[in-house]
Amino acid sequence: MSDWWNPDTARPFLDVRDLRVRFTTDDGVVKSVDGLTCSLERGRTLGIVGESGSGKSVSSLAVMGLHRTATNASVSGEIWLDGEELVSADDEHVRRLRGKKMAMIFQDPLSAMHPYYTVGDQIIEAYRIHHQVTRRVARKHAVEMLGRVGIPRPNSRVDDYPHQFSGGMRQRAMIAMALSCDPELLIADEPTTALDVTVQAQILDLIRDLQREFGSAVVIITHDLGVVAELADDVLVMYAGRCVERGSAEAIFRSPAHPYTWGLLGSMPRLDRERSERLLPIRGTPPSLINVPGGCAFHPRCGYADLTGGASASEVPRLTEDQARHWVACHLGAGQRSRIWHDEIEPNL
Amino acid sequence: MDDLLTVSSLCKHFPVRRGLLRRSNTAVKAVDGLNFSVSAGETLALVGESGCGKTTTGRLLTRLLEPTDGRIVFDGNDITHLSPNQMRPLRRDIQMIFQDPYSSLNPRHTVGTIVGTPFRVQKVRTEQGTKRAVQELLELVGLNPEHYNRYPHEFSGGQRQRIGIARTLALRPKLIVADEPVSALDVSIQAQVVNLLEDLQTELNLTYLMIAHDLSVVRHMSDRIAVMYLGKIVELADRTSLYERPMHPYTVALLSAVPIPDPDRRDRRERIRLQGDMPSPINPPPACRFHTRCWKARDKCGTVEPPLVELAAGHQVACHFPENAPVTAAAS
Ligand SMILES: Nc1ncnc2c1ncn2[C@@H]1O[C@H](COP(=O)(O)OP(=O)(O)O)[C@@H](O)[C@H]1O
Ligand SMILES: Nc1ncnc2c1ncn2[C@@H]1O[C@H](COP(=O)(O)OP(=O)(O)O)[C@@H](O)[C@H]1O
Ligand code: SF4
Ligand code: SF4
Ligand SMILES: [Mg+2]
Ligand SMILES: [Mg+2]
Repeated sequence: MSDWWNPDTARPFLDVRDLRVRFTTDDGVVKSVDGLTCSLERGRTLGIVGESGSGKSVSSLAVMGLHRTATNASVSGEIWLDGEELVSADDEHVRRLRGKKMAMIFQDPLSAMHPYYTVGDQIIEAYRIHHQVTRRVARKHAVEMLGRVGIPRPNSRVDDYPHQFSGGMRQRAMIAMALSCDPELLIADEPTTALDVTVQAQILDLIRDLQREFGSAVVIITHDLGVVAELADDVLVMYAGRCVERGSAEAIFRSPAHPYTWGLLGSMPRLDRERSERLLPIRGTPPSLINVPGGCAFHPRCGYADLTGGASASEVPRLTEDQARHWVACHLGAGQRSRIWHDEIEPNL
Repeated sequence: MDDLLTVSSLCKHFPVRRGLLRRSNTAVKAVDGLNFSVSAGETLALVGESGCGKTTTGRLLTRLLEPTDGRIVFDGNDITHLSPNQMRPLRRDIQMIFQDPYSSLNPRHTVGTIVGTPFRVQKVRTEQGTKRAVQELLELVGLNPEHYNRYPHEFSGGQRQRIGIARTLALRPKLIVADEPVSALDVSIQAQVVNLLEDLQTELNLTYLMIAHDLSVVRHMSDRIAVMYLGKIVELADRTSLYERPMHPYTVALLSAVPIPDPDRRDRRERIRLQGDMPSPINPPPACRFHTRCWKARDKCGTVEPPLVELAAGHQVACHFPENAPVTAAAS
C-alpha cells in the first residue's frame, strides 16, 4: 500500500495527520472527528464536503486552535502548518498565528464580529496586532480592504457598525477582516450558505480572485457540491467524522469511487440538464456521532455492504490510494467499484 | 387542461408605520400585481431571491393574508375576500407545507395528534376511525405507523418534514402550496422528500405551487416556472424554455450564478455578475425594477415599465430588450 506521506519530500504547507476531536457531553462522548488526514499546499484550494454533522466545522476549528478554550473538548493527532506542529504548541503561540498565518471566514458573519465596534475599528485592531503601524496607516489599510472586497464607498462605510450592513455586505466585511493581514491559510466554513445565489456568486469570485492574487492556501467547507466544483483543486468527502474519499476535483466528479460520494451525486438535482428520472437518494439518515455504527460508518445506508463478506459491518476500512492521488476508504475492490460506477451509477445521473 | 387556480393583479402592500402619528403613507410593496394560473395536476414554481415576495404570495393564496388588491379564483370560486368561516369548506382543498418542519409541529403533541388534527378541526369522520386513517397517512409518506405515539423531537429533520406532509394530506387537498419544502434538509434527505412529493402528486393527482430559491431543485420538480423580482413576475415559461432559452436578463443572471457540479465547466461558463444588492421594496426603482442592476439597461428601461407579454408560445417576459427572443418579437 502506498502511503499518502512521502518522507523524501518536504512536508506540505498544511499537513493534518490522524486528527481526532471528541466532546464529552451528558449524552456520551461525541466523536466529531475520528482520524482525519489531509494536506494542502500554498496556492491550492481544498474543498471539504459532507452533510451536516459530519465534522467539517469541528475539524476547521481544530486547525485554528479554537477548541482550546472548551473544557469538554479533547484534540489529538498532528496539525503541521508551515513546518510547525500546532496541537502541542502553547495557547499564546497559536493565538499569535491567527490573523496573519491563518484566518477563518464563518457562515454567520455576526459570530465573528463585535456588535459594539465599527467594522473599521475591528480591522484596524486586527491589523495592528501583526503590524507596527499608526492608527492612521491601519485605517487607510482598512478602507483599502473594504474597497477590495467590493464594498461601495468604503471611506464612509468603514465607520459603520456590523448591523448597518446587509447580509452580503456583512459577509464581505468579514472577508475583509479575515484577509486584512494577508493570511497564508484561509479557511472558509460555508461562507455562502446563508446568501442568495447572485450574492453567493460574487463572494465565490472574490475568494477565487483573492486567492490567485495572494497565493494563499484555501480550505472551503460546504455541503454544496456545486460550490466545490467551482473553487476546489482537491476534494475531501467526510462522513461521520472520517474522510471517506479524497482526490482531485476532476477525479471526484468524473470517477468518484466511494458509495457515499455516489449517493451525494445521485441525490442532487442538476441545473445543467434535465434529470427526468427519479433522484437516487441515500436511504436512512446520518448516524449520531455518539453511537457511530461499527465497521464502515456508512454500512447501514450502503447498498453495497453485502458484497464485502461481512467486512463492512466489522472493520473500519482504511483510506488507501486507489488510483494515483485518489484515496478511498471502502472494502470493495477498486475494480469492482469502478465497474459499479460506470455500469450502475453514472448512466442514471 | 383546466385552471385550478387563477390569480389576477394580485397585490399585497404592508403599511410602514413611522413617527408619532402612525400614519402610513408608505408601504412595502411585497407583491405588486401578479397574474398567473395553475392547471390541475401541474407544478408551478415561484422562484427568486429572498425578499422578492414568494412567501407573501403563498400566504395570500392560502388566505393567511388579506390581499390589498386583485383577485384569486380557486376551482371556479372567487376566494379573494372570503372570511375564515366562508373559507372553512375550502381549507380542505388548499393546504400549505412550510420550510421549517420543526417550528410548524407542536412539540408537545404526538405524531398521531398532529397528523389527526385536520380531521378534528374539520369535523371529518373517517370510515376506519381517525387512528387508522392517520396510520395510513404515515405509511403513505414513508413513516412507520407504529410511531403514532412519538413526539416530533424523536424524529430527524427529514422525518419531521414527512410528518408535516402527512398532516397536509389528511383531507385530500387539491392544491398544495409548498414554501421551500426541502431547503432546510441535507442533500441525501432532500432527495428522499423530493421523490416523495413527486410520488404523491402522481398517486393523489395533486397540484403544486412550489416556492423555492434552489434553481436545480426547481428544474427537477416543476412543469412551469415564474421568476419574481421585487414583487413582480418578470418571466414565466415551461421548464425547458426557461432553462434553455431564458429571455429576461434577471433570469439569465440567476442561472449563470448557480454553481454547477462539473469542474470541467468552471472556466468555460459564461458568467454574468450582478452588482450590488436587491433594492428595497419600499421604494422600488421606477419602470423596470431591474434596471438599476441590469447590464442591458438603456434609457427606456428607467422610464417605461415593460409589460409581461408572451414572446413565444407559453413564454411570457417583461423586458424591453430580451435575450434569446424570437426575431419577430425582439424587433418591437
Ligand atoms: N461543542 C460541542 N460539543 C458537543 N458536540 C459538538 C460540539 N461541536 C460540535 N459537536 C458535534 O460534533 C459533530 C460534528 O459537528 P460539525 O463539525 O459542526 O458538523 P458539520 O460542520 O459537518 O455540519 C456534530 O454531531 C455536532 O453535534
Ligand atoms: N408582515 C410583514 N410586514 C411588513 N413587511 C413584510 C411582511 N412580510 C413580508 N414583508 C416584506 O415583504 C417582502 C417580501 O417578503 P417575502 O414574501 O417573505 O419574500 P420571500 O419569501 O420571497 O423571501 C420583504 O421585503 C419582506 O420584508
Ligand atoms: S466499506 Fe462497505 S459499507 Fe462502507 S462504503 Fe464500502 S461497501 Fe459500503
Ligand atoms: S427592461 Fe431594460 S432594464 Fe429591464 S430587464 Fe429588460 S433590458 Fe434590463
Ligand atoms: Mg458546519
Ligand atoms: Mg420566503
